[in-house]
Amino acid sequence: MAQNWNDKNGDFHPASAMDFLPVEELRRIQSQRLVALVKHAYDNVPLHRKRMDELGVKPEDIKSIDDIVKLPFTQKTDLRDTYPYGMFAVPMGEIVRLHASSGTTGKPIVVGYTEEDMEVWNASVMRCLLMFGVRRGDFIQNSFGYGLFTGGLGLHGGAEKLGCTVIPASGGNTERQLMIMRDFGATVVSCTPSYFVHVIEESHKYGIDMKKLPLRIGVFGAEPWSEKMRRFVQDNTNMEAFDIYGLSEIAGPGVGGECPEHNGIHILEDNFYPEILDPETGKPLPDGEVGELVITTLAKRAMPILRYRTHDLTSIIAEKCPCGRTVRRIRRIERRSDDMFIIRGVNVFPSQIEAALMRVEESTPHYRILLERKKDLDTVTVEVEVSESTFSDGVSQLENVRKRIQASIMNIVGIRIEVRIVEPHKIARSEGKVKRVFDYRNI
Amino acid sequence: MRLKQISVFLENTPGHLEKVCQALADGNINLSTITIAETRDYGIVRAIVDKPEEAEKILRDKGFFAKLVDVLAVEVSDTPGSLSKILSRAAMAGINIEYMYAMTRPMHDNPVMIMAVKNIDAAESILSESAKAPLV
Repeated sequence: MAQNWNDKNGDFHPASAMDFLPVEELRRIQSQRLVALVKHAYDNVPLHRKRMDELGVKPEDIKSIDDIVKLPFTQKTDLRDTYPYGMFAVPMGEIVRLHASSGTTGKPIVVGYTEEDMEVWNASVMRCLLMFGVRRGDFIQNSFGYGLFTGGLGLHGGAEKLGCTVIPASGGNTERQLMIMRDFGATVVSCTPSYFVHVIEESHKYGIDMKKLPLRIGVFGAEPWSEKMRRFVQDNTNMEAFDIYGLSEIAGPGVGGECPEHNGIHILEDNFYPEILDPETGKPLPDGEVGELVITTLAKRAMPILRYRTHDLTSIIAEKCPCGRTVRRIRRIERRSDDMFIIRGVNVFPSQIEAALMRVEESTPHYRILLERKKDLDTVTVEVEVSESTFSDGVSQLENVRKRIQASIMNIVGIRIEVRIVEPHKIARSEGKVKRVFDYRNI
Repeated sequence: MRLKQISVFLENTPGHLEKVCQALADGNINLSTITIAETRDYGIVRAIVDKPEEAEKILRDKGFFAKLVDVLAVEVSDTPGSLSKILSRAAMAGINIEYMYAMTRPMHDNPVMIMAVKNIDAAESILSESAKAPLV
């Protein structure tokens, strides 16, 4: 075990130690943390207390990590309904940072961090970076968006803690990104994978040969991606591409990451405890079976979350990883249990599109959502059927309705989405669950 | 005089216009004139036919979105300046023409302009002087 603290060159980094704990030791720490977490949540967050009371569970009933199955779930709607600070377990004076999720109906989900939470979060990101082979001395160009989104500042904190030279480039302006990459000598880039594919495509335009740059590691996350995209990045650069997993409700990036085996994501389970459940019944599934990932924040003070339903579908890889890490792996997340899709880093639910359509009187409930990749950028098109009230012989009336639908979606989802008016009955009617989202991105 | 124009919503993709025309042909509907207003994604086909109500039913049965719209048919003599004269009368009366296209008739020398206006009653009386001749 000890010979493999840091996969690549074996040099010891104490921050990685938690990745390699003996399993019994890891379970002991998890049990200890869970007991403290549940007491803290029960005493300080009315919603958690109410839910536990409803189930007849007292904090004293939780003695070890195995008791986690007795606890109630936390849903995304709970976080929204308690906007903005209803889930906070500490006085506001202890909160040193706020972030908010993007693209939720009306109100965002606000998350808060104490100073201690920031330490844990930064350390988690740092452990992921170490896993990828990033070291002190690396120049990391962080092209995740800075702001309320957890991606930018989350990555930044971990990279700085590790001792990298951080270039806070934030998102957008590809020409400038490329110039900085070349002139500042970036060795690591962190951003959404689809954006980096776009950067590679554009590089020819500015006469930059990606293979001549000192780039060696890519840190990609905030949206699903595939082996095909990894191959594209690795074929067109001298980089090794790594997946970083996270969600803002739990912490942000750094919940887990890929080791150089590139076979699943190690969840830093001393901080974020994973369970895989049957999404229908909520019952635990054995390792290896695909179900919904549920996460408990074992080490969070400001906003302790019990058994958060991520709606991400994956399975736990039971086999020991050849890298030596004992923290368990999950398979890459390729599907969701609720049709949610991620576009340009923003979470979008079909129900939000539907809500936006409802606000425009003349629109119909017959719609579908097409996800496509055009020139390496993800695009969303909403197709809405023409109706009696939309169609009044003139182009201007139709265009007016189309633009109002577009504005309404922008208002709710927060990103610009193409709207196309299509012929009636083009969109299949179905008795049961209607398939709304058609993903043609081929990622 | 007034005519019933049939307007059809069509996606801007190959073969769709052909389907509309084929449906009308199968129903033995004769087209007097046809025009298309187009945008990037869709178009609106506007046509004057001999049996508009039947045409509407046929197209709706085929799953198209069709609608009958009242339009004005104004005869224009085939000489320089005659259209401009009619239009200046419309302009003076404050009538805005939304769109307009031409139709020819067999056995007639003069073409007819098909015009869509908002207030068709007012427009008809103002422009009617030039719309006396029998049409379709």
